[in-house]
Amino acid sequence: MTDAGSFLNKEYQHGFVTKVDSETSPRGLNEDIIRFISQKKKEPKFLLDWRLDAYRGWLKMKEPTWARVTYPPIDYQNIIYYSAPKQKKGGPKSLEEVDREILRTYEKLGIPLEEQKRLAGVAVDAVFDSVSVATTFKEKLKEYGVIFCSFSEAVQKHPDLIRKYLGSVVPVTDNYFAALNSAVFSDGSFCYVPKGVRCPMELSTYFRINAMETGQFERTLIVADEGSVVSYLEGCTAPVRDKNQLHAAVVELVAHEKAQIKYSTVQNWYPGDKDGKGGIYNFVTKRGICRGAYSKISWTQVETGSAITWKYPSCILQGDHSVGEFYSVAVVNNHQQADTGTKMIHLGKNTRSTILSKGISARFGKNTYRGRVRILPQATGARNYTQCDSLLMGAQCSANTFPSIEVSNKTSRAEHEATTSRINEDQLFYCKQRGMSADNAISVIVHGFCKEVFKNLPMEFAVEASKLLGVTLEGSVG
Amino acid sequence: MLEIKDLHVSVEGVEILKGIDLKVRAGEVHAIMGPNGSGKSTLTRVLAGHPAYQVTKGSVTYEGKDLFALSIEERARQGVFLAFQYPVDIPGVNNAYFLKAALNEIRKAKGLDELDAMEFLEFLKEKMKTVEMDESFLNRPVNEGFSGGEKKRNEILQMAVLNPKLAILDETDSGLDIDALKIISEGINRLRSPDRSIILVTHYQRILNYITPDHIHVLMGGKIVKSGGKDLALQLEEKGYEWVKET
Repeated sequence: MTDAGSFLNKEYQHGFVTKVDSETSPRGLNEDIIRFISQKKKEPKFLLDWRLDAYRGWLKMKEPTWARVTYPPIDYQNIIYYSAPKQKKGGPKSLEEVDREILRTYEKLGIPLEEQKRLAGVAVDAVFDSVSVATTFKEKLKEYGVIFCSFSEAVQKHPDLIRKYLGSVVPVTDNYFAALNSAVFSDGSFCYVPKGVRCPMELSTYFRINAMETGQFERTLIVADEGSVVSYLEGCTAPVRDKNQLHAAVVELVAHEKAQIKYSTVQNWYPGDKDGKGGIYNFVTKRGICRGAYSKISWTQVETGSAITWKYPSCILQGDHSVGEFYSVAVVNNHQQADTGTKMIHLGKNTRSTILSKGISARFGKNTYRGRVRILPQATGARNYTQCDSLLMGAQCSANTFPSIEVSNKTSRAEHEATTSRINEDQLFYCKQRGMSADNAISVIVHGFCKEVFKNLPMEFAVEASKLLGVTLEGSVG
Repeated sequence: MLEIKDLHVSVEGVEILKGIDLKVRAGEVHAIMGPNGSGKSTLTRVLAGHPAYQVTKGSVTYEGKDLFALSIEERARQGVFLAFQYPVDIPGVNNAYFLKAALNEIRKAKGLDELDAMEFLEFLKEKMKTVEMDESFLNRPVNEGFSGGEKKRNEILQMAVLNPKLAILDETDSGLDIDALKIISEGINRLRSPDRSIILVTHYQRILNYITPDHIHVLMGGKIVKSGGKDLALQLEEKGYEWVKET
C-alpha cells in the first residue's frame, strides 16, 4: 500500500468532558449499592427483588471468554455504578430545568434538545451517564397513545407494563453482562406503541457517558402491540479518557402480532487512542422476540467506536411467518476489537431471517463476525440467508467469521455466503485519477462496501453513519 | 500542452521506456501505436502517476509545470485524464455517485461551487447523450458487471463529465465490436476541441478510420521509432510492425 497512509488519523470528535455536579454511589458492588440505586429511583419492591436476584445470579456466573477479544481483567469492585447529574427535587419537569451544561453538551454533539430545533419527526430521549435528562415531543406522542419516556419514569407511571415485559426477552441470568446490567441498571428508555398505531415519528435515544470511572448500564425496552409500527434510533458517545470504561447495556424488544420494530444504532463510543490506551468496553445484550404471527424485527447497527465491542443483536422468531433481520457494519481501526454478530432462532413456521454483516478492519484492528442460525424442528418452511463480507486495509489487521447453522427439519433452508477482500491499489489509483483525494477515495470505496447496510438506516442516520465511517478510517491504510 | 523529454521508466528494476520524446500541442490528436509489450500502457500510466513506475531519467512538462511534481489527484484536477484499458470495479458505488464525487473535487480545486445532486443529474444526463448511454446505467455500480464495451463507453462518459485538457486513451478500442467502436469514436470526436489534446494509444489501425489523428507515432522496445501523419497507420496496417524495424 502506498500513499493512502495519511487516511486514518482523525481525532475522536466527541471527546470533551462536561462540568456538572454529579451524585455518585461509592465505588464497588454489593447488595447495599443495589439497594442504594433502587432507593434513589424510588422503585417498587418487585424491581428491587428482581435486581437482587440478578445480582445473586451474577455472583455465581463467570465472565465469558469465548469471544475473540483480549483485555486485562475488569475489576468490578473498582467501578462506580451510579452517577447522575445533580438536579432539583423530583428531576427536571421540562427542558428549562435541565442543567444548561448538559443541554450544551448535546448541542455540541449535534443533538439540540429544544424541540423547535429538532429535525421534524424525531423524538429524543437523552441519557447522560446513568440517568435520562430529557425526552422531547412527549406531548405529541401522547396524542397517539405512544409512551416514550425514561425507564425510571416508566417504572413510576407504568409499573404494570414494566413488570410484564422487563426480562421477558433477556432473562436476568441470561449471560454475565446482562445479569450485571439487571442488577445495577440506572436508567434507559422505555417505549410502548399501542395496538394498530404507526408511531408518527422516529424515536431516538442518545447515550452519553460523561463521568470518570463510571460504568454505564442502561436498559431499553420497546413493546410494539398488535399491528403497530415503530422505528427507533440509538446513538452513543463518550469523552476521551485514558482509562477504560465499562458499558453493559440491555435492549429488549417485543413485537406482537403483525407489529414491526426497526432498531437502528450508530455506536461511536470513545475507541481509545491510536496505541490502544483507554476506550469503552462495550458488552451489550440486545434481543428481540417476534411473539406474534407476521411480526417483524429489524436490527441495523453501525459500530465504529469502543475499544471492545461484544454484541449480538438477536431475534427469536416465535410467531409463524415472522421476520428477523440483522444488518451490520463494524469498523475496527488502531487497536479496536469487535466480536459481533447475531442469533436468529426460528421457532415459528415459515419464519424468515436475513443477516448481512460487513466488517472493516484497519491497522491492528480485530474484527470477528459470530453468528448463529437455529431452525428448530417445528419451524417448518423456515428460511435464512446470511452474507458476511470483510474488507481489510493493511497487513496487520484481521477478520474472522464464525457462523453456526443448525437446521432441524427438512423443509427449511439456510444459505451462507462469505467474502474477504482488500482495498486494492488499482481502485485507489482509479479514484485518484478522477481527482479524488486518498481520503475521499477510501471513503467512496468503503461507502460502496457498506451500502446495502446503510440503505436500511433512516435517511439522516445514513448520512451521519457514512461520514462517521470516513472519520473513523481516516489515515488507516499504511 | 505536454512535452516529454528523454523519458526513461522502470518497473521493479526493469527498464520499459528507454528515452521517449514527444511534444503535444493544444488541440492535437496524437496516436501512439505499437505491438504488445512495447511500453504503450506504461507511458499512459506513468503520465497519470501510477505508483508502480519509477522515472529514472528525463522530464515531462505539462502546461509549463513539472508533471512529476504533482500527485495523481493534482494531475487529474489540473486536467490530465486517463481512460483505462481495464477499468476496475468499485462494488456498491453507483456511477452517478462516483462521478459526482470526482467532479466536485475537481470543481473544488478550481475554486468553483460544488454541484448539488439535482444540478449534477441534469448535467450528467446531457453528457450521457455523448456516448448514447441509457439512464439505467446511473444506478449501476461502477464497472461492476459491465460488458467490455460498456466499460469503455463509461470511460469516455467520465471524460465528457470531467472535461480534461489532456485526455490519454489507453486502448479504448480494444475488445469492441464494430457498433460500439463507432459510438465511442463518435463520442471522442465530439470531445475534440482546440484546447483539448488527446493521446490515443492503440494496437490496431481500426479506430483511426473513425478518428483522424494529427500525428502518429510508433512505439517499439520502449522508444518511438517512427513518427508521421495519418497515412502512417495505413502503411502499418498493410505491412505490419516488422516493417518499421526494417526501415
